[in-house]
Amino acid sequence: MTDPLVTVEKLRIGATTDSGRKVEIIKGVDFEIAPGEIVSLIGESGSGKTTIALSLMGHTRPGCEIEGGTIRIGASEMTALSNRGRAALRGTEVSYVPQSAAAAFNPSKRIMDQVIEIAAIHDLMPRAEAEKKAVELFRALALPEADSIGQRYPHQVSGGQLQRLSAAMALIGDPKLVIFDEPTTALDVTTQIEVLRAFKSVMRAGGISGVYVSHDLAVVAQIADRIIVLKGGEIQEVGGAEQILHAPRNAYTKQLLAAFEPVPHQPQAQPAQSAKPKPVLEVFDLCAGYGTIRNGEPTAKILKDVSFKIERGRNLGVIGESGSGKSTLARAVAGILPAYRGGVMVDGMEMKPDLKDRSKAELRRMQMVFQLADTALNPAHSIGAILARPLTFYEGLRGKAREARVTELLDMVHLPTSLRHRLPGELSGGQKQRVNLARALAASPELILCDEITSALDTVVAAAILELLKELQSELGLSYMFISHDLSTVEAICDDVLVMYKGEVVEALPAATMSSKATHPYSRLLISSVPQLDTGWLAGLEQDPELVAQFANR
Amino acid sequence: MPQSLLPWFLVIQRLGIALLTLIIVSFAVFFATELLPGDVAEILLGQAATPEAVAGLRSAMGLDEPAFSRFIGWLVGLAGGDLGTSYVNNTEVVDLLSGRLSNSLRLAGVTTLVSVPVALSLGIGAAMWRGSLFDRVVTVLTISVISVPEFMVATLAVLIFAVWLDWLPALSYGVDTSSLGAMLKAYAMPVITLSFVISAQMIRMTRAAVIETINTPYVEMALLKGASRKRMVLVHALPNALGPIANAVALSLSYLVGGVIIVETIFNYPGVAKLMVDAVSTRDLPLIQSCAMIFCVSYLLLITLADLIAILSNPRLRR
Amino acid sequence: MMAEYQTTTTATDPPKKKGSGWSFNWVGRIGLAIMLFWGLVALAGPWLAPHPPGEIVDWDYFSPVSGEFWLGTDYLGRDIFSRILMGARYTVGIALAAVTLACTLGVILGMIAAVAGGWFDMILSRLLDAFNGIPSLLFGLVVVAAVGSSIPVLILTLTAIYMPGSYRFARALAVNVNTMDFVTVARARGESTRYLILQEIFPNILGPVLADLGLRFVFIVLVLSGLSFLGLGVQPPNADWGALVRENIEGLSLGAPAVIFPSIAIASLTISVNMFIDNLPTKIRDRSE
Repeated sequence: MTDPLVTVEKLRIGATTDSGRKVEIIKGVDFEIAPGEIVSLIGESGSGKTTIALSLMGHTRPGCEIEGGTIRIGASEMTALSNRGRAALRGTEVSYVPQSAAAAFNPSKRIMDQVIEIAAIHDLMPRAEAEKKAVELFRALALPEADSIGQRYPHQVSGGQLQRLSAAMALIGDPKLVIFDEPTTALDVTTQIEVLRAFKSVMRAGGISGVYVSHDLAVVAQIADRIIVLKGGEIQEVGGAEQILHAPRNAYTKQLLAAFEPVPHQPQAQPAQSAKPKPVLEVFDLCAGYGTIRNGEPTAKILKDVSFKIERGRNLGVIGESGSGKSTLARAVAGILPAYRGGVMVDGMEMKPDLKDRSKAELRRMQMVFQLADTALNPAHSIGAILARPLTFYEGLRGKAREARVTELLDMVHLPTSLRHRLPGELSGGQKQRVNLARALAASPELILCDEITSALDTVVAAAILELLKELQSELGLSYMFISHDLSTVEAICDDVLVMYKGEVVEALPAATMSSKATHPYSRLLISSVPQLDTGWLAGLEQDPELVAQFANR
Repeated sequence: MPQSLLPWFLVIQRLGIALLTLIIVSFAVFFATELLPGDVAEILLGQAATPEAVAGLRSAMGLDEPAFSRFIGWLVGLAGGDLGTSYVNNTEVVDLLSGRLSNSLRLAGVTTLVSVPVALSLGIGAAMWRGSLFDRVVTVLTISVISVPEFMVATLAVLIFAVWLDWLPALSYGVDTSSLGAMLKAYAMPVITLSFVISAQMIRMTRAAVIETINTPYVEMALLKGASRKRMVLVHALPNALGPIANAVALSLSYLVGGVIIVETIFNYPGVAKLMVDAVSTRDLPLIQSCAMIFCVSYLLLITLADLIAILSNPRLRR
Repeated sequence: MMAEYQTTTTATDPPKKKGSGWSFNWVGRIGLAIMLFWGLVALAGPWLAPHPPGEIVDWDYFSPVSGEFWLGTDYLGRDIFSRILMGARYTVGIALAAVTLACTLGVILGMIAAVAGGWFDMILSRLLDAFNGIPSLLFGLVVVAAVGSSIPVLILTLTAIYMPGSYRFARALAVNVNTMDFVTVARARGESTRYLILQEIFPNILGPVLADLGLRFVFIVLVLSGLSFLGLGVQPPNADWGALVRENIEGLSLGAPAVIFPSIAIASLTISVNMFIDNLPTKIRDRSE
């Protein structure tokens, strides 16, 4: 066997918290990477995957420090080098592809200057040669207009292109190791495929080693030879991609995989009622948009004639990529963004477009839960106060009765009562999202609008929230309108699905048969783009290039 | 291409806003000075004046007309360069102002030349070596200067350079300015004082602006490409901090026209600020209004200029 | 990523107590101590003064530091130590009153403008922006010269000068908070504008607003001293610290303590406030710059 390219031994990294305490965030990690091998670091947020990846470049984020262990890359020992020595290796031996290329490109400089900057910093080759090499890389990464794209500024190219350009930036100095830090997380699924393919082909062609940091097992399965599963700064399991996916040994790995398994949704038994119940939500010809209003229509029109119905006790999923208008739909239904045309009916009663004109009783029936749990909770109020306010506001509850109800609500979302006195900043992401749900439940609503409520959470935590939603539904007979870009989440909880594209509903169909029966070309493209837990999926995937060109935002 | 016109559209928009603000300001200036207590005619004629004489003077000065029509007349005059006639010594305001304004501008110009390059390099340097001894010394010095009243800086400068060291004259005006050396000496005291005062603000704001851009992902990316600290700051952070820095410089410079009253008083320097204070004590409305307009125009000019630099230096707007 | 290790700490450690992260370093503590000292002097000045501040107690003028006159005497032979103790009342009192008025008004208007938006916001912002163009000291001079100087006039003038800046600062903070989801949640619940401002926005801008109030206090002390130095501030026989410097400026060339100590008093107050604010715990300061 050849010598490994990277050897990490007993790596320990510590961090100093805001209050000045020292915490160990990487607790003794060992692994190796062979030349030409792509190893994936997988784990939830807080597992230390990004910290380890950055330490391979001899870099730690402010407040963190390498406290022990060794990192050897090729002939050099990163941990023993001075700052200057480390800088000399960056870009030439090890290079970095960031999570958000949009943020990592300097907005005020042309792309080409930034791509070839490594060559300039380390004096690797003359400028003309570097530019020629960059254009070759652009071609290899399947970028359009490879000859001229370098002359543009970062804001002039799409997110998927920028992500591939950042790979070109990493490869210009012929590094032996490239670190990919969640490089496709911010991309839409249809875009992600092309980027993944491009990464894979350049890495294979150059025989370059890679570290691929991700939280998404399905994405990792497409590109990694080996997978390292991390949790709480420690390695849980190391194994070949096939082995991890199909024969996991560690309990945590099994839990991760289980969270990926689609749990088929059991529709609620329809209550046997004599009278035909009205739909809990009916929306017809809804149009909404932003900007100044001229002739009763806003300048930027987002939603175009959206119509649908949610029957009592049933759940509707709304799927689409960024810019599809799915979040705008939720805002227009809730009245946060008043619709300029069309109507919203709850229980057969028409709602005014602007929430300011709706009565308390009308507002109470429909509650909304937001994507980012942190920003949806006022950091200055205690959890108890946050949950108590809707009780006072809608029902006039006070004192003991209110306190009892707060306890009951916390219990419903499986949080301990002692949490009442905490501030939101002291809770974990999953706990915060549960509080958000409890606040919505405090109004005793009939319908909850869920805007990507699991997207910002770790896989395992998100799966638990979905379980909770199902449980609450069977207890309280709620309906959900569930907005998500993640098809498997929607499949797990919804009865019906709307597929949205550029503000329009392109298809409406039952969730159970979504994968097999979708007919609209965009729905088909979207469904086929979702990565599967199968190492051969990307290689075997065939998509109609015309379709891709028409719909994908590459 | 219409897209390339976007920055020009923004430029025109910004100029429009400046013009609009100017009109609002002139309105405010005119009516605020109208509100000054005391009747001009009575003040001019003294307490012994008969009511008839006061009434005669009022109508001769046009004070009988409604305020709004006088405002329009004044505005039209301003646009044509006619600032009116001083009530007090019956000379054209333009004549009174021109000498004073050129004095003020000369002082401002010299101070700008001295302080801007020094302040910017100190601010950028402090940001580049953040946390170092250099940074801490600069920070402590700027805070001290900002915290101390201007008259203290000025009196300290007099004490050190004119009294103890006897290098420079304590007063700057009226001394011999024939040779270059003499002129430098004459301006040295006010320029030193003002440079200290406005540099401190500029250093602080420049440092903050640069540090803010250093904490962005693209500067971290430059670090991960192997760039040196110097390169990170000068090549990556600085171009993106240009807008806020221009704003800081503009704010500091606008102070040089109207805010220098204490320096003008201490060094007996005949600038516009002193002229305005004198005008207030004599109720010379046309003169007060003209001075106020000069300050507002210079402030608006500088702020608008900084805005334009921010727009034109932002490539996002060059779609 | 910062968030990454922060979540680790909450996952592995017991949750932090409320108090942690609020302590601040010794520079900040010294600043606070000096501020409190001057605050006490402003309250208790007349009882602490060893000599009557308005009376001529020494036959000599500009006399040096001595056992009887701790900080020397002024141009008339009055005790400088007593006059500084008395002057604290004017300097600190006027500045505190003006800064409180300016920030209260500015913050209330700023929050209303941020939440209400539309015409109210646009007109108010434009108007106050234009007002900002007038040099502050000059504006003060003109008003004082025109209507005469008295303590209420000084307080109102200084309030008028510093209110627009406070408005701008509070408005910018409130605009940021206003876009947060928790405000949208409250709005979607049907809460009134009053509730949004007082309960949702105000607690979240309070820290930076207090830091801003401190900085504005420093500026007000400086402008007030400047006005008094020009003879347009606090009028004789009373004197704030700026007026003390003006009275005794003749002693400058003699190096008399009468001109030096009032200057030191001003500088110690303003520098200590700056020291305190610059070293505030990050929790409070995070958005104040």
